[in-house]
Amino acid sequence: MPRVSRFTLDKVLAYGVLALIGIVFLVPLLWMIFASFEPNATLSITFPRSWSLANFAQILQQPANQQAFLNGLLLSLGQSIVVVVVAGLAAYPLSRYQLKYKRPFMYIILFSTTLPITAVMVPVYELFVFLHMTDSLWWTMLFLSASGLPYAIWIMKNFMDSVPLELEEAAWTDGASTLTSLRRVVAPLMVPGIFTVGIFTFAGSWGNFFVPFILIQNPAKLPASVTIFQFFGQYGSVAYGQLAAFSMLYTIPAVVLYILGQRYMSAGFNFSGATKG
Amino acid sequence: MAVNPSSVPSVGGGRLMRVSPRGAGNGWKAALFMLPSWILLLVFFFVPIVLTFYFAFTNLSLTGTSSSAVTFVGFRNFASMFSDPTFRVSILRTITFLVFSAIIGQQVLGLLLAILMNERNRVFRSVVGVLVLAGWVTPEIVVAFIFYAFFSDQGTLNTVLGWLHQKPVAWLYTFPMTAVVVANIWHGTAFSMLVYQAALGDVPKEILESAEIDGAGRLQRLARVTLPIIKGSIATNVVLITLQTLGLFTLIYSLTGGGPGNKTETLPIYMYQQAFADYQLGYGTAISLILLVIGILASLLYMRMLKIDL
Repeated sequence: MPRVSRFTLDKVLAYGVLALIGIVFLVPLLWMIFASFEPNATLSITFPRSWSLANFAQILQQPANQQAFLNGLLLSLGQSIVVVVVAGLAAYPLSRYQLKYKRPFMYIILFSTTLPITAVMVPVYELFVFLHMTDSLWWTMLFLSASGLPYAIWIMKNFMDSVPLELEEAAWTDGASTLTSLRRVVAPLMVPGIFTVGIFTFAGSWGNFFVPFILIQNPAKLPASVTIFQFFGQYGSVAYGQLAAFSMLYTIPAVVLYILGQRYMSAGFNFSGATKG
Repeated sequence: MAVNPSSVPSVGGGRLMRVSPRGAGNGWKAALFMLPSWILLLVFFFVPIVLTFYFAFTNLSLTGTSSSAVTFVGFRNFASMFSDPTFRVSILRTITFLVFSAIIGQQVLGLLLAILMNERNRVFRSVVGVLVLAGWVTPEIVVAFIFYAFFSDQGTLNTVLGWLHQKPVAWLYTFPMTAVVVANIWHGTAFSMLVYQAALGDVPKEILESAEIDGAGRLQRLARVTLPIIKGSIATNVVLITLQTLGLFTLIYSLTGGGPGNKTETLPIYMYQQAFADYQLGYGTAISLILLVIGILASLLYMRMLKIDL
């Protein structure tokens, strides 16, 4: 008897603690969700009387906000494409060839994945000023790409290692060049890897505030991550409902991408296992 | 980054490496494939790192005479840094933030969640999992707004306290460090939870079962069997989270701005204030050099712990 009751007590305790943690994690979110549907929202949490879309409409109708979402899209999409292509190219010889400098190169890559980007932002800004590259979406996008490359090369190489060499040999016998076999044979088999890298690069870039905040001053070129911060400074204290709606609109792509990424991640996790250490 | 081929050990370690059928002469081709990544990493990653080491010893600034004529000032930036009480305070704030939010908060909560979720009802587990993951997926700047509202005078926390007949507290003024720590735990715990869930999945069931047969209780099995097995994951995760937390800027900057006063001014915030608000780029770079050196040391430690055979 005491064994059974102890067992149930354990179970009840576990479920109780889990439920409590779940609620604690949910509660802070509720304000944003409720306030975004309440035109007269304040900082205090109230259940919306009528679920109104007015806040969302107001945010989306402002041309400045549309521009900000477009800028964010350009930065994130540009970065994802550059990272996937450049990392894919770099991963190929690292996965396929016997190279004398492979080991140090992979160590440098691994080392670079962990360095906090914050630590180099001041010199990066100096470099951008010196080369007249500030206020440019293009150069900001390239810097973001470089910062995302180490992780992408690492993942891409691991995905590529799992693509059998025999398939490529067949393509070579048929006279395909290395680049053609990479594009026609390896890339299609690496779709999970490409999507994993692309999606996580996009999500990381979309959520990045610090880099565009430092490198871009021109309001017309700022992505949503910075515009939302300025909106808070200018109108936040009067239009909390709009701020919440803006936050929701800005968060949704990150959530969708995470769900999509999960699907590809679980498909490719078994062979990207090396990153877990 | 010059690599001396003769000093490099043979590639592949113990792994059998297939030689490309195209044979020798692939060196130039490999270099061509890697060229774009080399250029990007060189210009935007390694040059800034080198610049950090250079500018940290100059008087570079955004305004005034030194903005046009950069002079080498030796260790002057570091001398003024170490004699500046604000710097010492910000080191202290960084350590407090790191220890409470990343090492204690995220690790303990992440491990607790992973342990409690192990072998529980699937639906229940995924509901709690999704709620924790929501904090992780939410962009940092939105996390800051959410917790600004949560901790504000009329905010959710004070509303809940009101139900319990407690007086409202001006959280962001009275306990700003607690606020940023809680916000970062909310944002970051999911990562550790995922890492520990994976680690617990690798603990052999047979060992746990035989420990149970030998009469070990739940806590004993955790302390004597599970934790020793997953201690490698714990160690690497602590270093990884430390690195991420060290560079955290957005969350603190947009939640408290480092204030009130300098109560939440961690190193990245202090660096930003000096470099961009006070225009002292040389001095700001000296601070980033400190961050960079700590980061490099932690990265090297991380790589040692991974023990990967490349």
